[in-house]
Amino acid sequence: MKPSSFTHHEVGSIDEAVAALARFSAEGGRILAGGQSLVPMMAFRLAQPTHLIDINRIPGLDRPRLEAGELVIPACVRHAGFHQQVIPGPLGDMLATVVRHIAHVPIRNRGTFCGSIAHADPSAEWPVVLVALDGVVVARGVAGTREIPAAAFFQGIMTTALAEHEMLTEIRLPNAAAGQRYGFCEHARRAGDYAQAIALAGWRISEGVIRQARLAIGGVEPTPRRLPAVEALLDGHAPNDALFSEVADAVAHCVTPMEDPQVSASLRRDLLRATTRRALQRACA
Amino acid sequence: MLHVNGVDHLVCVEARRSLADTLRQDCGLTGTHVGCEHGVCGSCTVIVDGVAVRACLMFAVQAQGLPIRTVEGLACGDILHPLQEAFIAHHGLQCGFCTPGFLMLAAAALEQDAWLDDAAILDLVSSNLCRCTGYQTILAAVKAAAIVMREEA
Amino acid sequence: MTTWVGRSIRRFEDPALVRGQGRFTADLPAARWVRFVRSPVASGLVERITPPAGSVCITHADLVGVRPIKPMLDRFDYVPIEQPLLAKACVRYVGDLVAAVLGTTAADAEDIADQVLLDITALQPVMDTPSALAEDAPVVHAGMSDNIVVRAQMCTPGHAQAWAAADRIIDCDIRSHRQSGQPIEARAAHAAWDSSGRVTLTCTAQMPHLMRTAIADLLDMPEADLRVVAPDVGGGFGQKMSLAPEYALVVWLARKFRTSIAWVEDRRENLMASFHSRDLAISVQGAFDAQARLVALSGDVLANVGAYAPYPNTAAVEPLMSFAELPGPYAVAEYACLARGVVTNTCASAPYRGVSRPALTLAMERLMDKAARSFGLLPEEIRRRNLVQQFPHTSPTGLIYDTASYRETMELALRVADLTRFRQRQVTARVEKRYLGVGIATFCERTGYGSPAFAARGMGVTPGWETVQLAMDPSGFVEARIGASPHGQGLRTTLAQIIADAVGIVPERVRIIHGDTDRTPYGWGTFASRSLVISGGACLIAAQQLHTRLCRVASIMLEAAEADIELRDGIARVAGTDRTIAIADIARASYHGAHRFAESPGLQETASYDPLGTFSNATHIAFVDVDVETCAVRIERFIVAEDAGRLINPMIVDGQIRGGVAQGIANALYEEIVYDEHGDILTTTLADFLMPTAHEIPPLEIHHLETLSDASIIGAKGLGEGGTIGAPAAVLNAINDALQPFGAELDAMPATPLRIHDALRAART
Repeated sequence: MKPSSFTHHEVGSIDEAVAALARFSAEGGRILAGGQSLVPMMAFRLAQPTHLIDINRIPGLDRPRLEAGELVIPACVRHAGFHQQVIPGPLGDMLATVVRHIAHVPIRNRGTFCGSIAHADPSAEWPVVLVALDGVVVARGVAGTREIPAAAFFQGIMTTALAEHEMLTEIRLPNAAAGQRYGFCEHARRAGDYAQAIALAGWRISEGVIRQARLAIGGVEPTPRRLPAVEALLDGHAPNDALFSEVADAVAHCVTPMEDPQVSASLRRDLLRATTRRALQRACA
Repeated sequence: MLHVNGVDHLVCVEARRSLADTLRQDCGLTGTHVGCEHGVCGSCTVIVDGVAVRACLMFAVQAQGLPIRTVEGLACGDILHPLQEAFIAHHGLQCGFCTPGFLMLAAAALEQDAWLDDAAILDLVSSNLCRCTGYQTILAAVKAAAIVMREEA
Repeated sequence: MTTWVGRSIRRFEDPALVRGQGRFTADLPAARWVRFVRSPVASGLVERITPPAGSVCITHADLVGVRPIKPMLDRFDYVPIEQPLLAKACVRYVGDLVAAVLGTTAADAEDIADQVLLDITALQPVMDTPSALAEDAPVVHAGMSDNIVVRAQMCTPGHAQAWAAADRIIDCDIRSHRQSGQPIEARAAHAAWDSSGRVTLTCTAQMPHLMRTAIADLLDMPEADLRVVAPDVGGGFGQKMSLAPEYALVVWLARKFRTSIAWVEDRRENLMASFHSRDLAISVQGAFDAQARLVALSGDVLANVGAYAPYPNTAAVEPLMSFAELPGPYAVAEYACLARGVVTNTCASAPYRGVSRPALTLAMERLMDKAARSFGLLPEEIRRRNLVQQFPHTSPTGLIYDTASYRETMELALRVADLTRFRQRQVTARVEKRYLGVGIATFCERTGYGSPAFAARGMGVTPGWETVQLAMDPSGFVEARIGASPHGQGLRTTLAQIIADAVGIVPERVRIIHGDTDRTPYGWGTFASRSLVISGGACLIAAQQLHTRLCRVASIMLEAAEADIELRDGIARVAGTDRTIAIADIARASYHGAHRFAESPGLQETASYDPLGTFSNATHIAFVDVDVETCAVRIERFIVAEDAGRLINPMIVDGQIRGGVAQGIANALYEEIVYDEHGDILTTTLADFLMPTAHEIPPLEIHHLETLSDASIIGAKGLGEGGTIGAPAAVLNAINDALQPFGAELDAMPATPLRIHDALRAART
């Protein structure tokens, strides 16, 4: 379980990284950020990149910032950076809740938010956050920078809209106003394991009823997604357990669950029903 | 150049050589153990730049110039670190293979915040695998060490 | 006199280990690294092996004169099977050894191994016992008439009559899915050739002396030319007990290339190709009389033993242990059993902490719970009526149960558990749609058995006894050289406590030497919950001999009667006086002034111990909360009441129990080796084989009884495996209790969410 050989390129800027990627991506060059998903795949030789473009020492990529009402998360912000609120308010709280479900402390100390998005594991947490909030992925290639909306980013299991020569430079999440509520729930076999079902709900309450409901799921299908049809069942209604059960049933019925030796489609559907209902309840807590 | 436990080690390794293998085979620091090489078991946990990391998921070339701490640097001469004392006192080890990883995991966390509550300690300790102890004595040892470290702080 | 036995003194092992100064096999530098090329198919014919140009690649054809591994069992119903060190003509499981390549680093060797082209004609594999037993099944080993390697059958004379007279028959079919011991240190071997032609093999081993004999036999070399060292070993759990063909190959390579060769198994290899365990299906039928007393028991044991037989225990170890020990702690007189071991195209199965007892305990404890329901009794009540209470007790298979406390231990656990209160809470919780359950497991654990027990199995190699060489040096320190080979059990501490008390010195003055065939007497190593009982017994005898000798010398030096000499705390004293001499001074005189005493010079004593064996016993009670929406199980509380006789070091005893229960819970809920129907193994990472973390293992409440039995001269019974044996049955019984409102039953472990989900669905339809 030793990785196959590669050339290590330590780059000092995003421009250098993009240039290196342009040069090496065709022959198996890849970005190395936290490496907490890529390096295990290399250990099993499931990934055999010939060049690793190491962006860990590019200055300024390790701190999130608030910019024009958006939380900007550059490429080297570690998961552990979200343990404390990155910004005051409901978004910072929600991110601090979600991060506790990502693997374990030493993995969170190295792994990055953007790396998790680029890796696009269907059972990962941050992609669900990205689609739930309709965030934006910023990708830079030699031809320039483009912004990819969350809904168009995830294309399949570990498959994204990023081109081979593009580097994911940052993620932008719309900040939440005071009064915004979130509820997150995840089911995994052991603490820190890959999720088998994830639900993230968000809304505002106005005059006793739910407004601007958002509901995204992950871990169940090849890609995370928002469920607008189900969100419509929430909007305009007062939050209550009967409603949540109805919504959870609707969610369970509208998905095509993946199967694996641990989880049948039927079990996964039930897991999603339970996590959805619990996420909705937590949004009220 | 690797800066380990305050000592500089000039080593020349392939880019693919993990920090764990480099510490063990090139720096002669075999206290860091390798259990799974895919980031799950945590036997290779060391402290790099103040935080606990899996040394099997980091290449040695990435650690150049950063302060690295391993289990060999935990005691101060004859005086054991409070965690080492507590692991002995609470029977937090049996075969001892996973122990260096747990010690470094807990050392990094407690040095940052010796007031971690029980839930946070459980969360922390669940990062690594032990096959001998059933974990309860490790939890007890980390909690006991935290108390000592609070007093020392 | 016990000054040290019974005290939780700190372990002598620990200071080095917490400093990172342990010495493990993989720490050694080597000139060359070996990587094994393994079969990617479950069954196939090796047509051609093409190594990359310029590489060193060893195949079966190179191993001229090397014998295959062929563990023997002297039974008419056993078929010996052979395992060549490298595949001869066919491969028999995914991971089977095909070739060995050498590199300058592990990574280099892996690069070369990846370039070895294998031309293998794949054949239809047999993956499980039903397909292996099918009429037209291909045979895994050519020359065998079918895939059954052992078939043991018995029936007591009164069985049929008792069966016919029974009030009712209760059925229980359990399934134990395949397990792996998974020590955190995977296996490793390092062989260093020296210019005298001798090879030192340092390896992760539980039985270093037998490894030496076995490897010397396989390679046809003088045993004296091989030294085997088991340094610090990072857990074994049985996986490092059996002979690994890789170790023999590493020795062969070191001799061939006259250099040092290292192999460090990676986790993927360990999951794929180190020994698996416990792939068992056990059907039991209990015939009960009207008072719910078990009057006759029938068992059918089917073990999927994998493709090869582990040395020395053979492929019969799991089925035959099930066969012999199925009745467990219950006083059933009539017994019939058929036990078969079946070879398949899977990794070989070998002993793993508890061997087949977690499965057979699951079978008996589920049977008792099912019978209790049928009779309208509480689970504890049916056990009260059936546990052995008269000792010694002879089981229907002829095992003699020595003095123990099966009933009293269970009552102790029940007092702690307060089930009346729990059952009220259970009813209340159900109203809130929370499903709580309690499960009891009672069992006895056969431990510390010597060569008669192994001889009764008919093993070609009959382990059992242990020898200790004890020497007090002129400075008054004691060195005890033992044949046992601890790897986490704390034997350096507990044996020192026993010796210290018997000699009259402090344990800090006792050094235990183990794990090196050059420095220790022949012995069998550490497995089967035996080391403390047997090696400890030998230590006690030798230490008593030393004590006698010291008293004799002291009586001359102090000019007093030998009977009046007391040894304590390093001092010899004439009883009732202040006339004393330091034991260290006696030691010095024994060497440097030996002419003064009518003794052979020096202070060396040797003793062996070979007991019949003893049974410790325990009751586990698990309380669970089953989330019927997610089918996740949370263990709320776990009680262990254990009677393992005298506690030498209670801290270490509790450590063994905690670790054992953790592995038992892992078996019960999380861990499973899975193959697909093509023979591919699906669990080759620790993200697929789910070892519990601190989150999954609850705190334990441990209580002890200490029934002394003359079956163990130190008074202690073994308990290394008990935690693993009882926990799965307790957890499964608890889950079934929780699921009662749904009418769902689950008799397979691990009780994964998927299996619970399926059981709930099956109950609904």
